[in-house]
Amino acid sequence: MLVKRLRGLLLLPLLLLGGCNLVLLDPSGDVARQQSDIMITTTIIIAIIIVPVLIAIAIVAWRYRASNKRAKYDPEWDHSPQLELLVWSGPLLIIIAVGAISWIGTHVVDPYRSLDRIAPGQPVPADTKPLDVEVVSLRWKWLFLYPQYGIATVNELAAPVDRPIRFKLTSDAMMDSFFVPALAGQIYTMPGMQTVLHGVINKPGEYRGFSANFSGSGFTDMRFKFYGMDKADFDHWVAKVRAAGGDLDLAAYDKLRQPTRAAPVQYFAKFDADLYRRTLNLCIDPGKECKSQMMAADAGHGAAAHAMQDHAGGDSMAMGPDAPQPAAAPAAATH
Amino acid sequence: MLEAMPHRAAIWNFVFGRLTYHSFPFLNPDTEGRILLVTFFVVFIVGLAILGAVTRARKWGYLWREWFTSVDHKKLGIMYMILGTVMLLRGFSDAIMMRAQQAYAFGPHMGYLPPDHYDQIFSAHGSIMIFFVGMTYIVGLMNYVMPLQIGSRDVAFPFLNNLSFWFTFGGAIMFMVSLFLGDFSMAGWLGYPPVSELQQGPGVDYYIWGLQLSGVGTLLTGINFVVTILKMRAPGMTLMKMPVFTWTTLCTSGLIIAIFPVLTATLFLLALDRYVGTHFFTAGFGGNLMMYINLIWVWGHPEVYVLILPLFGVYSEIVPTFSGKPLFAYSSMVYATVAIMILSYLVWLHHFFTMGSGADVNSFFSLTTMMISIPTGVKIFNWLFTMYRGRVRFTVPMLWTMGFLFTFTIGGMTGVMLSVAPADFLLHNSLFLVAHFHNVIIGGVVFGVFAGVNYWFPKAFGFKLDEFWGKATFWFWLVGFWVAFGPLYILGLMGVTRRLSHFDDPSLQIWFVIAAVGAFLIALGILSFIIQIYVSIRRRREYAVGHDPWDGRTLEWSTSSPPPDYNYAFIPIVHARDAWADMKAHGYERPREGFNAIHMPKNTASGVLIGALAFGCAFGLVWYIWWLAVASLVGVIAVAIAHTFNYHRDYHIPEDEVRQSERSGNWQQAQGANA
Repeated sequence: MLVKRLRGLLLLPLLLLGGCNLVLLDPSGDVARQQSDIMITTTIIIAIIIVPVLIAIAIVAWRYRASNKRAKYDPEWDHSPQLELLVWSGPLLIIIAVGAISWIGTHVVDPYRSLDRIAPGQPVPADTKPLDVEVVSLRWKWLFLYPQYGIATVNELAAPVDRPIRFKLTSDAMMDSFFVPALAGQIYTMPGMQTVLHGVINKPGEYRGFSANFSGSGFTDMRFKFYGMDKADFDHWVAKVRAAGGDLDLAAYDKLRQPTRAAPVQYFAKFDADLYRRTLNLCIDPGKECKSQMMAADAGHGAAAHAMQDHAGGDSMAMGPDAPQPAAAPAAATH
Repeated sequence: MLEAMPHRAAIWNFVFGRLTYHSFPFLNPDTEGRILLVTFFVVFIVGLAILGAVTRARKWGYLWREWFTSVDHKKLGIMYMILGTVMLLRGFSDAIMMRAQQAYAFGPHMGYLPPDHYDQIFSAHGSIMIFFVGMTYIVGLMNYVMPLQIGSRDVAFPFLNNLSFWFTFGGAIMFMVSLFLGDFSMAGWLGYPPVSELQQGPGVDYYIWGLQLSGVGTLLTGINFVVTILKMRAPGMTLMKMPVFTWTTLCTSGLIIAIFPVLTATLFLLALDRYVGTHFFTAGFGGNLMMYINLIWVWGHPEVYVLILPLFGVYSEIVPTFSGKPLFAYSSMVYATVAIMILSYLVWLHHFFTMGSGADVNSFFSLTTMMISIPTGVKIFNWLFTMYRGRVRFTVPMLWTMGFLFTFTIGGMTGVMLSVAPADFLLHNSLFLVAHFHNVIIGGVVFGVFAGVNYWFPKAFGFKLDEFWGKATFWFWLVGFWVAFGPLYILGLMGVTRRLSHFDDPSLQIWFVIAAVGAFLIALGILSFIIQIYVSIRRRREYAVGHDPWDGRTLEWSTSSPPPDYNYAFIPIVHARDAWADMKAHGYERPREGFNAIHMPKNTASGVLIGALAFGCAFGLVWYIWWLAVASLVGVIAVAIAHTFNYHRDYHIPEDEVRQSERSGNWQQAQGANA
């Protein structure tokens, strides 16, 4: 692909800077790679106009310096319809091109959109189910719940390579931004709201993940390792987490959510099935009414409130961004 | 909700609110306390020295009569520029502390700043640089230059202008007081909830009430300037004959009027959440923090155009003057300015593409953002073609303009990269973003302010600024900027994000060290600027110039340097764009007789009084000293009403005095003496 060659072109001068790891220009996950490709392509298109302009400024300023009496001096010349057409249409054309790329790209790598490929030219195999991960940003650590495996981890995330990952994210108290640069672009985590992010990692390895949005005094240490693993290693990892034991019930969660700095990695063999829903609906404290209940009651469906309470999908009303939900969302979400 | 009051006798809580002995952080025995103690002593001694010097020279009366109570737009403009420079020193101290922390805090070294202190520093740096450096500088420039450019004797509401200054000053003092009394917000320069909702202590309240004061000042300035430009132009100066700087002042003031009420309302809602327990921006109870983030950016994005537009105007004055020909495609420039003004309302969401608003919303805001680069690109081309077939003189203002053209254009390019929503998911909150907005704000606003100061200084004081130190300032800033922010671009592409006070990965350190060196070069730039002012004042006789030292093109160069109180003995009549160039081309002769008495507004102490009382009110609110807040608020209203009963608010400068000052003014002949 053209972008590939251009990427090399762009990387060349930057590599001279000492071989530093410019992860945003060479990520290991397909979603981040598409975003990176868009970034590089648009940069090159803008450079088509910017570079000549910079050169022209230098040439014109030098040529028409006051001491150069050989250059033509025309103290009356202050307009030219042809040039004005050019100065408006030049930037316009560039922006049409960049705008088209942005419009298409925004829709193609929309974080809510289920993946249809795991790499260029490699559609998602029909029998592959995405890995579900529920993410809760706490003060100041990350909690990852794996409903398909019944395990939970703190400050460590793992996923098998080439298997789509579907994150649902919310926050306990602060607003953070979930970001693994090598995997996919970031997304905010907000209390009482849910966001969704799709990604896939294509290369096994250890990657950096962190909160990209300032959330208070422990924010700096709000980091985690993200491991891309082949299938066997991932199964091992799951078994390891299970073997570590520990039950993240609501009491343990309440302890976990107290503010701490630089929290260590923790494994839990099981977690309370209601934990994520109650966090999202701001009713983790016993006796507190859930947002979904309140909203249902407000809507005048007193009887329906109970029915909806049991469905994670019912929460989508409380989530704010109500974008296309993945197939797992129950029918109640449409209400 | 209000926080608990200290445990002590109720009378003390009534008198001092929540202010206690422990509210003085520099009395703490930790590192932070010691840093503050040293700072406090330096500020105290410098302050004492200045106050002592003024007292010794017996200048208090002079300062009060001629400056503090002055309604003269020129003196207020100069006061704004001085305030901006003082606040630049404060904001830059914060910057250099951040750069030092990030260059050092790697691995086992935690740096010298604990997170809570570091968070206050980046919050203070951002808000001070935008509100009290950027805004103060541009309001100063507009205040000084715009009325002169339209051939007016003052702004439409001279007292309001003085009042605006004292509101801004009060806000700045709030920010300075927070350094030694209590703490400051840790919620970043925009005070995002939930951090700003949850932070205990007076820090966020300093932020809120400081900005409320300066926000009111700025809004009044905006109204004042719009009315001035629409109603007080010299005869013959139609809108399309106005100098471009006046056009940009008009657009910026229009933006101010539209957006500053939004800021005031948003901060007021935040204050309600904090003081009376409402839930506008809390999580739960019907509140939503994203509502704050939307509202604050509805103000915040146009705000950056408020900052940059007047400087586009400055460059549009400087390039034609030093190219010796009119601005290329004046109408295009005006339409581009207006287009930027309108588009700037429609882009705020690009500051949070990553909140998960969905593809259609993000695409819309991505496109509107990119569209702004079209009129901006047109402007760059127009300046380029203005130099084309000109005679370009590389004076200090022109050097700044060249530095701007190169730096800002690259900042614009990274801006378009950020506006592409899918790319922004990677770049958002990264140091790439930090590098980008410093690239446009330093490369555009700061360079423009220095260009403008060097350009109009001879008008304001009758002598030029020293050229050597001017060039030194320029080169330190230009090189310093790229050394400081180039590494941040690279770090951003390495996936490093902002506001971190400590790092694990040692391979990043070298880039932060380089950035710190860049900040040091910028410090030398600021130092050179101060030396430049000092040296120029020392050699003011040698550097004295006449009324038109640059062969200017607009009206301000037709009156003496500095202009008399009344600006123009006769209001000029305008026949063309670049009115002064046109007058010179037609052999204009300055009238030497036939003067009349001139009607002028009188100075008033009401502005200082209202400003001081408003500060008292804000201070009372921060510390829960309710009697002070209520009494001051009543005082503000009382003085404002009393002021309306003052019927002796104008006077006439007698004909003799006008003749005298027209004769003794600093005119062309001084230039000969210089040459």
